[in-house]
Amino acid sequence: MNVPTLDLTPLRRADRWHPAEWVFWLLPVAAYFIFPNNLVLLTQITITALFCLSLDLILGYAGIVSLGHAAFFGIGAYAAGLLSAHGFGDPLMGLVVAALVSALVGYLTSFLVLRGADLTRLMVTLGVSMMLYEIANKLTFITGGVDGLQGIEMKPLFGQFEFDLYGKTAYWYAVAVLFVLFWVARRLVHSPFGLSLKGIRLNVGRMPAIGAPVNARLSAVYTIGAIYAGVAGALLAQTTQFVALDVLSFNRSAELMLILVLGGSGSLYGALVGAILFMAAHHLLSDINPEYWQFWLGALLILIVLFARDGVMGALRRLRTALGKGSKK
Amino acid sequence: MTYALQTRNLVKKFGGFIATNDVSLDIEAGARHALIGPNGAGKTTLINLLTGFLEPTSGQVILKGEDVTRLAQHQRVRRGLARTFQINRLFADLTVLESVTMAVNERLGIGARFWKPVGAHTAAVDEAAALLATLRLLDVAHENTRNLAYGKQRLIEIALALAMKPQVLLLDEPAAGVPTTESRELFESIAALPRDVTILLIEHDMDLVFRFADKISVLVNGGLLTHGTPEQIANDPKVKEVYLGEAVYD
Repeated sequence: MNVPTLDLTPLRRADRWHPAEWVFWLLPVAAYFIFPNNLVLLTQITITALFCLSLDLILGYAGIVSLGHAAFFGIGAYAAGLLSAHGFGDPLMGLVVAALVSALVGYLTSFLVLRGADLTRLMVTLGVSMMLYEIANKLTFITGGVDGLQGIEMKPLFGQFEFDLYGKTAYWYAVAVLFVLFWVARRLVHSPFGLSLKGIRLNVGRMPAIGAPVNARLSAVYTIGAIYAGVAGALLAQTTQFVALDVLSFNRSAELMLILVLGGSGSLYGALVGAILFMAAHHLLSDINPEYWQFWLGALLILIVLFARDGVMGALRRLRTALGKGSKK
Repeated sequence: MTYALQTRNLVKKFGGFIATNDVSLDIEAGARHALIGPNGAGKTTLINLLTGFLEPTSGQVILKGEDVTRLAQHQRVRRGLARTFQINRLFADLTVLESVTMAVNERLGIGARFWKPVGAHTAAVDEAAALLATLRLLDVAHENTRNLAYGKQRLIEIALALAMKPQVLLLDEPAAGVPTTESRELFESIAALPRDVTILLIEHDMDLVFRFADKISVLVNGGLLTHGTPEQIANDPKVKEVYLGEAVYD
């Protein structure tokens, strides 16, 4: 059979790093020098970005809606926090343990999430996180309850770098973890596995007919999402050396959804951009008006879902199409 | 005689309504078998039972001698049973090549690989490209599915099923919604499929059915009315009766 040739470059190049991506990753370096007195805020942004990346994997790519993603953030925070409060203060060990515990809980609860459609999933994820919140609230002797978990003492990173008062180590640590996990996520979404997740989101009914085990794929990505969220929570516990009960709060889950919508779900950079914009807006608006800053946030959210449904990244994509320029993920 | 696909006393009830009534069907390996019947006869329900989209109330589905009644859809697909849908079920925001590559990935068992990019799995991509070539879809390979004309989309529907390298292919009204000029081309593609692929075709257009099929089963009110060669069916008074009633509406 004579097969006409097809130029496969668009598919082969899909995972190449675009120059704009390298520029983007210079931002954390630039921010360090431009805002040396705001490292705590910058660390929070970095952690939120990682947390948001985790929701993006399950919602933006696989289409699983969750209103309780803080469950895994909280589990990771408590796991890492408790570990170091009991004398095991090595940061990387804390991350690994937090990842394992969140993976386990994520895998087990994924079977609840597989059942039913969007509304069921919203309620199930919400329910799971509410239960965890109350468990942490009740188990005061372990978690410290509403007073929070105290006594976290971190060992130096790699036995070398102390967590200093200015938050320099904490910042670079968080940025490095974010970059590594982002890089992994990027490989994931460009792989056959990632493609099948998009397939599930776009047409879940067709996937079994092409031989794809939908439930196994969803279970896997939900577990991966839980790991990412757990590591983000662990980073917060380690860098602030404190775990407040609100790591598990509904507010945190809802805010996360908002951040992802703002940045643009289904694009990895959407999660990062959303976190930067949201946290910066939060910081600036609450400086101007500490009590009512959420008013402006609400207004912004409405404008975005009405006029730029796929968030900042979607708007950028449209702008680029309008200008007829090259491609960037 | 070996059978590619059989059903034994298959029944499907929706509440009190009997959609599939005691259907025992034998489809020979390599056959071009057509399933016809008036609207609401239960043709699509039967397809859904065969593929595992629906679970039967009672009875069995047998694929190449193996009872697959309890198997999930994707497990039957992996045993060589593929289908197309009456109404397109495609991936609107994927390109044609991505969609078909995804399907090939699943058949090759590499759909869960998560480290190397899609494009690095060259065997799958090359096979998808070859499949697009046989269906004359190469020129739109990098187009988003949503931007294509309906006739082209119907071809992708078929490409996704063929990517399974099926031994048994169920075509649920493949020409539905396609203009007559394009449906001819579409059926040429289907007729060109290798003879060892068993095809069960559901189709409304009697011209197409009689040109294509070597065996026809007639479904009425959920049950099998009769079956036979195209000549037998064309001359069967019972079939004429059913179709004369329907012709007024169709």
